This record gives sequence, C-alpha cells and structure tokens, in this order.
Amino acid sequence: MRKNLWILLVVALLSMVLVLTGCNGDDNGNDVANGEDFFVGLVTDTGGIDDQSFNQGTWEGIQEFADEYGAETNYLQSEADADYVPNLSSFADDEVDLIVAPGFLFEDAIGQVADNFPNQNFLLIDAVVERDNIVSAIFAEEQGSFLVGVAAALTAQEAGEDTVGYIGGVDFELIQKFEAGFEAGVWAVDPDMNVLVEYVGDFSDPSTGRSIASIMFDDGAYVIYHAAGGSGNGMINEAMERRGDGEDVWAIGVDRDQYEDGIYDGENSAILTSMMKRVDVAAYEVSVMTYEGNFPGGDIIEFDLENEGVSLPEENPNLSDDILAEVQSYIDQIVSGEIEVPTLPSRLQ
Amino acid sequence: MNKLRNFLANEANHSFLIPIIAIALGFLAGSVIMIFSGLNPIDLFTSFIRAVTGINLPNLFTAGSAFNARYFGEFFVYSIPLILTGLSVSFAFRTGLFNIGGEGQVMIGALAASYAGLMLSLPPVIFPVVVLLAGATGGAFWGFIPGILKAKFRVHEVVVTIMLNYTALYVSNYYIRALPESSSTRTADLPARATLQSDFLSSITNNSRLHWGFLVVIVCAVLFYFIINKTTFGYELKSVGFNPLASEYAGMKVQRNAALSMTIAGALSGLAGAILVVGTFGYGRVLGSFENYGFDGIAVALVGGSTALGSVLAGLLFGGLKASQTIMQISRIPRDIAIIIIAIIIVFVAMKYPIKQALIKLKVEEGEQ
Repeated sequence: MRKNLWILLVVALLSMVLVLTGCNGDDNGNDVANGEDFFVGLVTDTGGIDDQSFNQGTWEGIQEFADEYGAETNYLQSEADADYVPNLSSFADDEVDLIVAPGFLFEDAIGQVADNFPNQNFLLIDAVVERDNIVSAIFAEEQGSFLVGVAAALTAQEAGEDTVGYIGGVDFELIQKFEAGFEAGVWAVDPDMNVLVEYVGDFSDPSTGRSIASIMFDDGAYVIYHAAGGSGNGMINEAMERRGDGEDVWAIGVDRDQYEDGIYDGENSAILTSMMKRVDVAAYEVSVMTYEGNFPGGDIIEFDLENEGVSLPEENPNLSDDILAEVQSYIDQIVSGEIEVPTLPSRLQ
Repeated sequence: MNKLRNFLANEANHSFLIPIIAIALGFLAGSVIMIFSGLNPIDLFTSFIRAVTGINLPNLFTAGSAFNARYFGEFFVYSIPLILTGLSVSFAFRTGLFNIGGEGQVMIGALAASYAGLMLSLPPVIFPVVVLLAGATGGAFWGFIPGILKAKFRVHEVVVTIMLNYTALYVSNYYIRALPESSSTRTADLPARATLQSDFLSSITNNSRLHWGFLVVIVCAVLFYFIINKTTFGYELKSVGFNPLASEYAGMKVQRNAALSMTIAGALSGLAGAILVVGTFGYGRVLGSFENYGFDGIAVALVGGSTALGSVLAGLLFGGLKASQTIMQISRIPRDIAIIIIAIIIVFVAMKYPIKQALIKLKVEEGEQ
C-alpha cells in the first residue's frame, strides 16, 4: 500500500518539475501590444484561417504587410457566432493597433465592439458599418466581372458561339453585382449575345450547381461564369468532365485564381480565367495606411480595377494574346471612367 | 495521512472526488501536451483564471490592467446554455435515455423563441417569460417526438434524436429566413423588452454580454433537483432508469415516464436555444452547421454525474474552457489545446472505475498502522 502512495507522490513531483521547467521557457505572450511594435489582429469567421477563401486571403495580406514592415500579427479563430464579440473585444482589450474582420458575418458584432472601444481601429472587409473607428472595405465586383464577361464573349466569338451563362449563389444585392458586370461585359463585345442567368439559392450546394451548369451547357452556353462559392465547384466539375470528353466548353472562376481547380487531364484546365477579388490587397493597404498614421476611420474604401482590388489573374494560359490585349483596353476605359459598369442586372432595371 | 487516505478511499466521497481527479488529470495531460509542443503550460492556467475571474495574473504587479470584469461576464454567457443542455441530457439519462438530440432541441427552441419574440407584443417582464416558455415548448415538442416513438413503438431514441438534429437544422433555417425582415443570415432584432439583455449587468461587467439568463439556469437547476429528489414522479423516473422491468412490475407506467422524461429534457435544451436568442444575440440566426451546444451538454452531464449541482459546476467548467480559448489564442496557444483538454477530461471521467479502484486501494487496512 505504501508503495502505491510513493508512486503517486513521484508522479506528482515529476509533473511539478515538468510544469516548472516549462516556466523558464519563453516569456508570457500576454503583452500582445507593448506599444512599440505595430500589431495587426485578425478575427476569422467560423470558416477558419485555412478556408481557401476570405479568411485565408485576408491573413495572407496581413502577413505580407508584416513581412515588409516588421509588424506583429496574430489571429483568433471563431468557432461559433457567439465568439465574434469576445474575440474582437479581446484584441481591443490588448489595444491592438488594427483589428481586421473579414466578411459580412461580422456586421453586428463589429458595430457593437467598436462602440465599446471607441479608441480602437477596426477594418471590416466586404460589408459596410458606419462608425468613426471602422474602415469598411468593399469591392467593385461588377468591374472584375465586366472583364471576364469581355473575355467570355471574345472567346465565344472566336469559336463561333452565341451563348454564355452565369450562375449565382444566392440572389441578393452583392451577388447581383457580379451578374450585372458580367452581362455588361459580354454585351460590350457583342450586343446580340445570349446571357443565360440562374441562381443556385445556396453557396454550398455543388450538386445543384452542377445540374444547372449541365442544363446551361446543353442549352448552348459556351462559357459559364459563377459567383456561387462552393456551389460553383459543381459547375467547374461539369466543365472539366465535358472537356475531358472532348467537348469545347469553358468555366470562369471567382474570388481567387481557380485555374488549379479546373485541371482535368493533368495539365490542361477548364478554367478560362478568374475574377479575382483581392481581400489580401484590402487588408494590406489598410494596414499600411494605419501604420503610417493615416487610419481612414469612418471611410468606405472601394477596391476596384484602378487599385487592383479586383483583377484577372496574372497568368491566363487559356486566353489568347489578342483577347488579353482587348481586355486591357477595356481596363483602361473603365479606369479612365469612359465606361461605367452597372451594378444592377438588366432584368431588374 | 491515514485520515486523508481513508477520506479518499471512502466511497461516499467518490461522487465529487472522481470528477475533480479527472479534471486535474485532464489539466495535467494538457500541460504535458503543451510542453511537448514547446508551449508554456502556465499560460494554460493563467488563461483559464483570466477567462473565469477576469484577473490577469501576469499583469498583477505590472503596469498593465490586472482586472477586467468583461471576461467574468462572458464566462457566464458561455456557461449558461451549456448548463441547460447539460441538465437536459442529465434529466433523460436519469430515466435511462440518451438524449443525443440536444442540438436539435436547442435550434427548435431558438426558432420558437424568435417567432414569439418577433410576432407577439407584450409588456416588459411578461414578454421575455413568454418568449422563454415558447422556446421551452419548442424544445419539448422536439424531445416529445423521440419520447413517444420510444414509448409506443420501441424506436431507439439515439437514432431518432440524431436524425432530428439534422431535421431541426434545416427546418429552423427555413423558417428563420421566412420571418418578415429576415436576411439570409438572421432575423430582425427582437424588441428590447422581449430580451433578457440588461444595460445594468452589461455596465457592471465592463460591457460584456451578460444577461438575466443566469436566473433561468438557477430556477431550472432547483426544479431539476426538486423533481428528481423530492417527488414521486422523479422517484419513478429514477426507478425506470435503474431497472425498467422491475419498475413495470412495481406498477409504474414505464412508457409514459420515458416519453415525459424526453419531453422535459427537450424543454431544458429548448430553453438554452431561447436564451441564445433573447440573451446572447438578441436575434434569431440561420446556422450553417451545428454549434455543439447539445453535444457539449452530453459531456457536461457526464462530468456532472447527471445531477443538478454537478451539471451546473461542469457547465461552468466547460464554459470557462470555452471562454479561455480566446485568451489562449491571444497568448498564441492554439485553440486545439483547449479542445484536447476538454476531450481528455471526458476520457478520464469515462474511466471513473479505474480511478475508483485506485482510490479504494488507498484504504488503510487494519493492522497496517
């Protein structure tokens, strides 16, 4: 019996030693912002830091800024909606220099926290909340969509086709901007071209996305552009399979360069091009402004073609040089204001 | 020393000793994992203490702020729904039923509370009570379905409750969106007099989201204790849990009790959902996936030994761990560590027999002195 007690004691002692040796390790990480280093904190939504989309893109922008300017960074992952307020508040408590929240899911939480911490600076990406200490970054999705519309129409013309398609996620204002820009771009090239429009009703339903795409391709669509998140992957898969079977159809990606997602035979991709929405640019630019002491509190900053907040990918292996040159001329016309891209689709005007 | 050994070995003390030992072992294992990952385990404890009390130990003797009441308030905000779902699972478990459906009952409770809060218009004080009752009724209905299926057709409640979780997710999302002025992610704000939110509680806790929901928890825990320990109905429920055949032989209505038990368990989870709406958020939400309030409730019930007080304490522990995740991440500890510690505690609690055996071995035998 005594033996057992001894063993227990030894175990207890050992664990104490372990704990104590641990103490001598690094310093306590609590002093996040010690007033010297510039500190950027990111609060992710429930998608997590490696969501291949919003959170990840924003984090990459912050990292790029940190590498260039020697700033400190950290992120807090939100597991549930209930975490948004405490996570934002914790960074605010530590007087972090800039608190970044990507996505419209933060709309309620960030307003509440910004009111509680009037001296902290916040950046909200892709939604607008008007407070003196919040910068809202939004994107001119219609401009980027216009470009891919131009690319789609020119490619269809080259192939002698007269129909292209658009698949949206959910039919609301933000996603309608993609539709409006795309059809305007198509019709800028050829006013007689047909644009088929469908909405999935969901951002995470690839099977419905795929069946809509299948019908569209059967109806003669040569290129389909999607703004449907995960549902759009179904469309891309359909295009990959059809190309694999020798059919001549194309898909256009959204938000980031989806070229890799569309590779169907080891080297060729079904992705004609992608409309890139550079959340990383937004996070980077606002971090720099804040670092230089010019935090544009209360402003709504629009990221568009001019500041490369929306763009085509740098590499477009599936677009010919002629088409790229033509796209470039449209970029110049939009930036100079010669062309004004609508934000409301024609069906709603 | 001998006194201590006898105290540890005495089975009467095991009901609270075993959870405490399991929790201690969980934290110990968590510390070891942190050391192996090159992290400082002290941060684990300072984070937990800061999350629960608001006291920032490392800053105690420095210029930094050493106390922030907001963390204390948020700790309760995290704990309240967990305690309620813990009570829910405990209640069903007392009758020998596994309520895996807390998740769905929470969602239907939240849905019913959103409808009541947005569609009715009642005077203050009465309004939140009615909204809470609506949430409890919604959850009770969702618990009644597996209860009655079990009673009438002997369908296993685990299967039914798991499936009803998915049903609840899509049903509640559909009807939340169908409410007037709902966006694709949430309902309109509930009128202020329908909520449990309180400027007073918020102001004394440095603008936390603390709300009156903790009163609901106290009422529920007391009712739970009273029903289970002081009423014939509670006695029958326990009896059915211990031995349904003997209970039936003794003339108890086993089937009816099973259905009732699931209904009451559902009501408790439904209240958790209602409190999320009227307390934490102030509006109903469209959910992308499960939020694990119901599943965490199973762990709370397990650690709490399916008793009222045990569930309250275990709910506070889990709420504290959840609340400390943010602070841990601020101290650059991955949130996975907190999840690992929770998991390890549950494993140790589930291993209560080996711990019990070890404790009994400590007993001082006669003549050994």
